[in-house]
Amino acid sequence: MNSKKIIFYVINKLIKAVILISVLCIISFWMVKNSPIDPVRAYIGADMTRVSQEQYNKIANYWGLDKPPIIQFKNWFFSIIKGDFGTSMIYRNAVLDVIRVKFLNSLMLMGTAWFFSGIFGFVFGCIAGYFQNTWIDKIIKWFCLTLASTPTFWFGLILLIIFAVYLGLFPIGLGVPAGVLTEDVSFISRLHHLILPALTLSIIGIPNIALHTRQKLIDILESEFVLFAKARGEKGIKLLYRHGIRNIALPAVTLQFASFSEIFGGSILAEQVFSYPGLGQATVQAGIRGDVPLLLAIVIFSAMFVFSGNLIADFIYRIVDPRIRLGGSI
Amino acid sequence: MQRNSLHSVIQKDNSYLSKDKITFTNNVFKLNRRQSTIFVIAVTLIFIIAVIVSGYLIDERKLETNLNNKNMPPTLSNPFGTDWLGRDMLTRTIKGLNLSIRVGIIAASISAIISLLIGICAATMGKYVDSVITWLIDLFLGVPHLVIIILIAFMLGGGLKGVITGIAITHWPSLARIIRAEIMQLRSMDYIAISKKLGKSNIWITINHIIPHVAPQFFVGLLLLFPHAILHEAAISFLGFGLSPHQPAIGIILSESMRYLSAGRWWMAFFPGLSLLILVRAFDIIGNNLLLMYEPHRAHE
Repeated sequence: MNSKKIIFYVINKLIKAVILISVLCIISFWMVKNSPIDPVRAYIGADMTRVSQEQYNKIANYWGLDKPPIIQFKNWFFSIIKGDFGTSMIYRNAVLDVIRVKFLNSLMLMGTAWFFSGIFGFVFGCIAGYFQNTWIDKIIKWFCLTLASTPTFWFGLILLIIFAVYLGLFPIGLGVPAGVLTEDVSFISRLHHLILPALTLSIIGIPNIALHTRQKLIDILESEFVLFAKARGEKGIKLLYRHGIRNIALPAVTLQFASFSEIFGGSILAEQVFSYPGLGQATVQAGIRGDVPLLLAIVIFSAMFVFSGNLIADFIYRIVDPRIRLGGSI
Repeated sequence: MQRNSLHSVIQKDNSYLSKDKITFTNNVFKLNRRQSTIFVIAVTLIFIIAVIVSGYLIDERKLETNLNNKNMPPTLSNPFGTDWLGRDMLTRTIKGLNLSIRVGIIAASISAIISLLIGICAATMGKYVDSVITWLIDLFLGVPHLVIIILIAFMLGGGLKGVITGIAITHWPSLARIIRAEIMQLRSMDYIAISKKLGKSNIWITINHIIPHVAPQFFVGLLLLFPHAILHEAAISFLGFGLSPHQPAIGIILSESMRYLSAGRWWMAFFPGLSLLILVRAFDIIGNNLLLMYEPHRAHE
């Protein structure tokens, strides 16, 4: 494989990402500026009545909110290029630090869910596809289609009712026990708070990959090389492994990497249900309480997150699959 | 005996369809796939219409505060239980489902029309327009839907308008892609080329030859947008960006119910969510069955 081509490919993708994210900056900044929610008011909150016009102007001036929008955008855009996303109004901390802490929490959640939904989805998809049109296929298909219509947050609520309220196995909310310093939280306790939201996201993520895998496997099993393999007397697990799995594993992995967008959206809902202190909850808080710098940063960050997933998916496809390997010639 | 012979006659008549036959428990009624598809669509449609009609017929008095009757678990008079103000949960749920259907219809229709227009533009207006639109689709798919909807709701200051706009603006890319690909194929057809040679303008060809061809795709796509639209509406209301707390939306009901779950009042969350699930599934079933009828070669999937 030609390494020059890979470098060229990566650079090409990166340029596209930079353009995409720059345009996204412009659009989202414009949207936030058009909001009726006044950031100064949102910052002051309930004390608004006690703040004089003069103080109000001072705060607006401090943040540069009294300048025209174009100048504001220019200042904001050049500072984010330097890596300064400003200060979060609700967490009173640098936006980048807030995102780092929250994202690490979310990453644990999304990573676990991503891994398990991928594994179980793939296995269920294989079973359903191999036993096409039998009762087990029908059950799996029915469950997948129903799960796909299930509101994520309602499913989380049901798990909460069963496992936390009635069985008392898990805490009802919060990523860590109340009244304990962050450094003192043990790994076990973190795990304990992670299980239910991760379970919710894992199960909600299954249908996508399972239905896709099932369809791919059915297509493969109808192909002529499988017919030939059967004629040679191959059957069962061996046939599935030699001719099925090898052909469907790659699309499944790719699909799983390309689904970062759904996982991020799902984690917003799951974190809200279980009061899990991750990026999703920060997104909701930033939106409701009008924390403009944090909201803009999360929009950009989530776009980069989704983009990296798509890039990995595309890359795996091109690097691993010998049939469409980059830079190949006939 | 007579029954058996009748049965065999029907079977003989349909013998060429025997592979696709779906057996219902009653031996006399055997439906082929097409009939059973229509049957499923009809039943599901009746269910949805029933929800809509009961939303108008429902007794509004059951929504009034009734503190003698608060926090009641499900009983015969209140099948879904009551909330902390003694309001009947079934009534609130049906009102909420109606709101969801309305929001779903408006948002999905706007979204589908956007995707039709954009799909047509991409496929008929040349290379530059096409690459701009492809890029635009990438942009919209590049940010999680929920984040865009939150941003739009933030811009419009929440409310019904924010929810509908948010859902309409985020859901068009996938259908636009399908329509674009479909028209791309049509464009190279002989009859389009002949029409062009006969001196018909591009707009005339689009209206008379292309739109009728993509119409079925468009309507099925519109129907399949409903489930997503309804789920996103519920999600965004649940997060607190959508409707005001006074409106009877499923998302609002569920986010309220979270405060009472630790007290063991499971019915406040269970039934409204389950009803929403059934409604979404119903739209999904109709969409997928219409797709089966429209594309019979895929029907054996």
